[in-house]
Amino acid sequence: MTAELSSPDPASAAPPAVLRRRSSGGGGLGRYILVRFLLIIPTVFILVTLVFLLMRTTGDPITAALGGKLTGPQLQERIHEAGYDRPLIVQYLEYLGNIVTGNFGSTLSDNRPVTQVLLTYGGATLELAFYALIVAFIVGIPLGMVAAYFRDRAPDAFLRIFAILCYATPVFFAGLLLKLVFAVWLQVLPVAGRASTGAELQMQFLQSKTGIYLIDALQTGNPEVIGDVLSHAVLPGVALGLLTAGVFLRLVRTNLIGTLGTDYVDSARSRGVTEFRLVRKHAYRPALIPIITVIGLQIALLLGGAVLTETTFEWKGLGFQLAHYLQARDFVAVQGIVALLAVIVAVTNFIVDIIAALIDPRVRY
Amino acid sequence: MTATTAQTRPKRSLVSRIPLFEQVRSSIGLQRGMLIAGVVITGLFVITAVFAPLLAPYGFAQLRSDGTPFGAQEAPNAEHLLGTTVGGYDVLSRVIWGAQTAILTIVVSVILSIFAGIFLGLVSGYIGGWLDRVLVVVCDAIYAFPSLLLAIVMSIVISGGRSDLLGGILAASISITVVFIPQYFRVIRAETVRIKSEAYVESAKVIGTRAPRIVFRHVLRNATRSLPLLLTLNSSEALLTLAGLGFLGFGIEPTAAAEWGYDLNKSLSDVTSGIWWTSLFPGLAIVLAVLGITLLGESLNDLADPRLRGRRAALDTGAPTADNGAEPHGAGATGERIVADDASTADDEERVS
Repeated sequence: MTAELSSPDPASAAPPAVLRRRSSGGGGLGRYILVRFLLIIPTVFILVTLVFLLMRTTGDPITAALGGKLTGPQLQERIHEAGYDRPLIVQYLEYLGNIVTGNFGSTLSDNRPVTQVLLTYGGATLELAFYALIVAFIVGIPLGMVAAYFRDRAPDAFLRIFAILCYATPVFFAGLLLKLVFAVWLQVLPVAGRASTGAELQMQFLQSKTGIYLIDALQTGNPEVIGDVLSHAVLPGVALGLLTAGVFLRLVRTNLIGTLGTDYVDSARSRGVTEFRLVRKHAYRPALIPIITVIGLQIALLLGGAVLTETTFEWKGLGFQLAHYLQARDFVAVQGIVALLAVIVAVTNFIVDIIAALIDPRVRY
Repeated sequence: MTATTAQTRPKRSLVSRIPLFEQVRSSIGLQRGMLIAGVVITGLFVITAVFAPLLAPYGFAQLRSDGTPFGAQEAPNAEHLLGTTVGGYDVLSRVIWGAQTAILTIVVSVILSIFAGIFLGLVSGYIGGWLDRVLVVVCDAIYAFPSLLLAIVMSIVISGGRSDLLGGILAASISITVVFIPQYFRVIRAETVRIKSEAYVESAKVIGTRAPRIVFRHVLRNATRSLPLLLTLNSSEALLTLAGLGFLGFGIEPTAAAEWGYDLNKSLSDVTSGIWWTSLFPGLAIVLAVLGITLLGESLNDLADPRLRGRRAALDTGAPTADNGAEPHGAGATGERIVADDASTADDEERVS
């Protein structure tokens, strides 16, 4: 997740600045990291408890999944076997204990450990989120700068409406439209899936399979496979990325406008620095800091969006799988995946907070 | 600035008390355009919802007229202006009826979350102590979590996944409410904490006013200034969440009500075979409705924020300079504990002094 943070400014002189700031407030940073880290525990605990209690108030998962298929006594037997007839508090403590040891339960419908589901499908979701973030950066940041530069003029108006449209369009509708135009009418990109069967077969025989198709394709060294994987990634990446791009655009614009009004920019302006150079060089970097912090919250949004995007494009990731288990009414699997995602969100937020603190000392309170 | 407010406020004419009138008057150029567009689109949306029974040519679950079935996946024609779906429903009718479902969900969810969020925020902010800390941590945890996933869990709890009109709307609304409570909670709590230390609250305490009266009379009335903004922004998110739930098959049964997300889900396979009308129109309806509400909310937010207001709009809107940091994205930049926030408070203080 951190790799793409630096990608939008290649000519960055940030590292020395970061080091300088860090040395001046080192003790504070250590404490800050520790406090943030300890805050993960209550967050995860609350979410896991919430999900557990909510899911269990509706009754036991076995009746929900198999209710229509088994007779009463058979159901009772299954419920007893799985321990769902014990007091709630016993089940809850057992559940907590399991989670601490990394056991998120097994799915009911196909009896696989939830952690294994994550390992199999997590890579695909990660890959999709990565593509989406790249699209968001490529589209959102430059356009945000353009909007700030042309503040209150036609390009700004156009871009602001574009940003609102990005937000107003549900990812699945954006996906459907993209599919309709580029895959069905123009037929330049594939309709769905992560790779064509041929490419998937080639990657299947790799020694070090990662499940992240881009890496696997690069490993085969076959340009056709790489091209195939990339062409499958375009539409889902754009559909999900535009959602975040709108947020980035608006953030960059607002922050740039704010920064352009500060004293140091005014003094640069009075020295005769052109407005374009002011945007590009002087005001640009301070305006990016809020973006890094917002990425933390965007992760949550991206995960939610990924569920919808994956369903639209039959992208076989965690979200696709989650939708599948929802259809099968396999609530143990749903509970497991949701709890696991809670952990992932909490940890990502922690990492993003630390990065923000490294870049901007004011964050460490 | 304070002087003008003091003079104009008491003399506000009847016309200027029409909601949004002041805002439209004080806005200029693009901002005025966006505000008016927002008002118009939202208005159309509401009108469509209210008059759906008159506007829609058929019922949302109607499959045949005069004994002849509509037929499935019919292209747009004279009888079915927007064609029919794979299930044989009339697309236009379902798009129109869908507005009703959407509005109902928005209204129910916003009302529920306002009441719950305001109550919790007031109590938490005013009482403080361990209760406050626990509530803040719980709300932060919920806030950081993907809202769609939480809504899925909630809708499983409430309706086991699928249901009739009332149950479905309630399920969707309550699911959305749970996601929104933290946002209202944060805003109201922050305001309450600030207002609690104001002189007039102190005075009320000194003369022996009881806590509930202080909270509801003195604190609540002054804490709600940024609510209208949050409200519009959350309405659009409620709509998107409803559509997302519907798209994943967790919405309302097609025979119970028309729901755009559900229709989009059913049109997934149509798209591959080049059938565009079943997905395009419900999708456009979502986009337009969200666009209208967002334009409205964002314009109000901009007008209330001196940093974002158009450069020449020096007119006092009469609206408080609410800087709640509410970005249109609920999951976006609301109430960050970071740079943006520090900067804005500093900004406001400068302005006040």
